Amino acid sequence: MIKVTNLIKKFDDFTAVDNISFNVEKAEIFGFLGPNGAGKSTTIKMLTTLLHPTSGEIEIDGINPRLHQDKVRASFGIVFQDPSLDDELTAYENMQFHAVLYKVPKLVRAKRIEELMKYVELWEKKNELVKNFSGGMKRRLEIARGFLHHPKIIFLDEPTLGLDPQTRNYMWKYVQNLNNQEQTTVFFTTHYMEEADRNADRIAIIDRGKIIASGTPEQLKEQTKKESLEDAFLELTGHAIREEEASGLDKMRTMRNAWRRK
Amino acid sequence: MSTIYILWLRQVKRYLRSRSRIIGSLGQPILFLVALGFGFGPIYQRAGQGSYIEFLAPGIIAMSILFTAIFSGMEMIWDRQFGFLKETLVAPVPRINIMLGRVLGGATAAVFQGIIVMIISIIIGFHIYSFLLLFGSLLFMILISLFFTALGTAIASMLSDFQGFQLIINFIVMPVFFLSGALFPLKGLPPALNFIATIDPLSYGVDGLHYTLTGNSHFGMGIDVIVLCVITFAVLVTGSYLFSKIEV
Repeated sequence: MIKVTNLIKKFDDFTAVDNISFNVEKAEIFGFLGPNGAGKSTTIKMLTTLLHPTSGEIEIDGINPRLHQDKVRASFGIVFQDPSLDDELTAYENMQFHAVLYKVPKLVRAKRIEELMKYVELWEKKNELVKNFSGGMKRRLEIARGFLHHPKIIFLDEPTLGLDPQTRNYMWKYVQNLNNQEQTTVFFTTHYMEEADRNADRIAIIDRGKIIASGTPEQLKEQTKKESLEDAFLELTGHAIREEEASGLDKMRTMRNAWRRK
Repeated sequence: MSTIYILWLRQVKRYLRSRSRIIGSLGQPILFLVALGFGFGPIYQRAGQGSYIEFLAPGIIAMSILFTAIFSGMEMIWDRQFGFLKETLVAPVPRINIMLGRVLGGATAAVFQGIIVMIISIIIGFHIYSFLLLFGSLLFMILISLFFTALGTAIASMLSDFQGFQLIINFIVMPVFFLSGALFPLKGLPPALNFIATIDPLSYGVDGLHYTLTGNSHFGMGIDVIVLCVITFAVLVTGSYLFSKIEV
């Protein structure tokens, strides 16, 4: 379903993704793990047509994203790591916007939006502006939105960041269901190792732009002779804390708030 | 089609919900109309040109459209910073549709703003020359709005934050406004200034509004329409190209 060969992405002289290759089979739940700044999000951006690779080949559902962007875009859904909702629209409008963009048939549109919003328990708040939502509520809405068009492949970039265990469980149940019933391929990243252990069929660990290990969670534990995936992960990637380059986003937020009345 | 519509709708909803912005951006045109219109009125009259406010109002309408349109286009920088742009960029929709929807939505807001300022100038004392030609004015408002929203979007496609924003305002928007014949007649200008006014896109919009609102024209309405259509088309094509190259 996803085929990556010798993928490289360089920003100036910094190599974010350094010659990685992997395959994800249809209906597989694939965990893509790594410390901060390892190249996870850059890889996802390349898989989802948001960035062009410096070199290497990608195939999504047999299609080359560089040549047929729109076709590839129709085959996947994505929940981004950072927020991507429109604050000035209501929760329902955000869902509707997505449904129209992804050409969800009119007949199922309203029903599915209601179903998903009830699932993440935001149905009562459907007519509230998203800017009044808490971080967790936004996250839930974003997840609901990602599932709206039932794609063949779903990318989840740290989807459960900032969610409580209840919602996290809920979300994974939904993902498992989708995976069972519609054979959806799932590609996810997370920092919760226990979550990866429980849900992933297969895992690849990326560090400093290179894939350093891959296999089922059991294989990784065996390979490192550790009890838990977390220990195996630390064994493989080391204990040092990674620095990630700060974005201009924080500055922008302060600027925007300065312009706001309240 | 439906994707262009939903993007248009989003821009319009955002505009209608930001009431403080609508009202806030009326302050400047009113100030210009009152301070310049009435302030320079007596001198203008003594120079034998008639009423200055009659001359000024079309230019101020064009100004409010220019500002709203450019800002609507550049609003895309917010969307990029706050992530919403990504949501539209990964959607299975040709990027040109996304660009068109955004531009149409922003342009609609700018036309609204132009109409509000026109109504205000009528209240202040501006006289409409012919009610039939008002439809012509609407056409020019639409063309000015489309051109500058597309321009703003094209510029925003190349910027990833607001660092360059002040530069754009001071070196593009302000000169385009002040040198367009919005504040003074283009007849009998020094050659250098005349040349600049001739290559200023807004000049043709202001001229078209002058013609349809007051009956006077410098270039002629045919030229105004043709120039505006051609440059709008050109900037839409360039903008779509730049937009399609955006990486997040």
